[in-house]
Amino acid sequence: MIISDQELEVLINDVYEYYGFDFSSYSMASFKRRVDRLFQLDGFKSFPVFLSKIRTDPEYFKRMVEEITVNVTEMFRDPLFYKVLRTEILPVLATKPFIRIWHAGCSTGEEVFSMAIMLKEANLLHKSLLYATDISPAVLELAKKGVFPLRMIKQYSENYIASGGKEDFSRYYIANYGSAKFGEDLIERMVFSQHNLVSDRSFNEFDIILCRNVMIYFDKDLQERALELFDGSLSKLGYLALGTKETIKFSALQTKYSQLNKEKIWKKLR
Amino acid sequence: MEEAAVNNNFKVLIIGGSAGSLEVLIRILPQLTAIPFALVIVLHRKAGDDSMLEELIAAKTTIPVMEVDDKTPLVPGSICIAPSDYHLLFEKDDILSLDASEKINFSRPSIDVSFESAAEIYGSRLTAILLSGANSDGTNGAIAIKNAGGMVVIQKPESASMSYMPNSAIQNMVPDYILDVDGILDLIHNIVP
Repeated sequence: MIISDQELEVLINDVYEYYGFDFSSYSMASFKRRVDRLFQLDGFKSFPVFLSKIRTDPEYFKRMVEEITVNVTEMFRDPLFYKVLRTEILPVLATKPFIRIWHAGCSTGEEVFSMAIMLKEANLLHKSLLYATDISPAVLELAKKGVFPLRMIKQYSENYIASGGKEDFSRYYIANYGSAKFGEDLIERMVFSQHNLVSDRSFNEFDIILCRNVMIYFDKDLQERALELFDGSLSKLGYLALGTKETIKFSALQTKYSQLNKEKIWKKLR
Repeated sequence: MEEAAVNNNFKVLIIGGSAGSLEVLIRILPQLTAIPFALVIVLHRKAGDDSMLEELIAAKTTIPVMEVDDKTPLVPGSICIAPSDYHLLFEKDDILSLDASEKINFSRPSIDVSFESAAEIYGSRLTAILLSGANSDGTNGAIAIKNAGGMVVIQKPESASMSYMPNSAIQNMVPDYILDVDGILDLIHNIVP
């Protein structure tokens, strides 16, 4: 490890003091690796120089948030998860006059666009609203453009088909200069905004909340707080969808939910 | 009180490997019955292979194989396997956490990531075994474990179906032991609580 525990603590305190972002309840093993990685990536020679850059340069802090938070995502990631959404969840949501969806920790937006495509195919997009939030303003800027690297599209098409997609995937985007631009009809139903699961509150009531591979970066206490936030933001019989290796079984809230099948989707019972 | 103190100081055995390592595990695991330590296995595996590896390993041992979700507690007497497409990390208080960040050494799970993280938490209570593989993942992790006071065992390259991984470690650090499969088994039998 390049940065010591003590230095990390100083960094966490300073970031909180200067910017109000509280990383103290992040999973330390992973957080340390992310900080070390950034330190190396940007060629810093010493911790004080690194710290001073973070303190004095808000633009650099923005970069830090973008790099520290993990933004590894893809369209229709874990296709079987999407298959369950498509075949079991959307038909239930279809009975509602209006569908509110929250993608918490949406990163660069791939999941939001995947959801919008499925809603469109189920003829539900017109009565749906997709709220997409992330702690990092930098990734939100990317997400709302709906432009993804063309080199990824082959993988995404395969994922789409594996998720039960029956259309020609290329109808959803226009390829141009190495990128794929997804349609305005999808973007129209999306609302992007910055939201910090550590410090911000509930802002609406949702029929389904997706927060996949976000809380793995939190320690158990913060996970519990985030789950309470989701619980307070879900309608009765609403759904909570987590990543393939996440669980609510260590949480006090688990008794209020029942899990569907094998996928990491829980239904709120009361 | 005393029991809690013992429990909080259990040893950890972590085994890392890639191509050719599963056959070694399949020879070793049936020979182990009750283990006084926690066993963690980090193998390179295909993304999305779901639970095939877990089922295969569970079929070869009577030791309980835990399903590793994020924040699963690490307990002695059981086996944890790094899930596909996540890095496996160790937290204070004997908790495992997962990380879906970039691949390291073209791998997720990466052996280096788990070895380095385990070294940080378990120090001298940690034994690592690096098996067969065609990649240099594990070398940096083995160095970190030595630096933290843990024990490093490398599979004898001649006994490995892919010698690249053990050779890479041997060329970059001095392990405590270089052993063939029988030697590895003897060593595991001699890990006492």
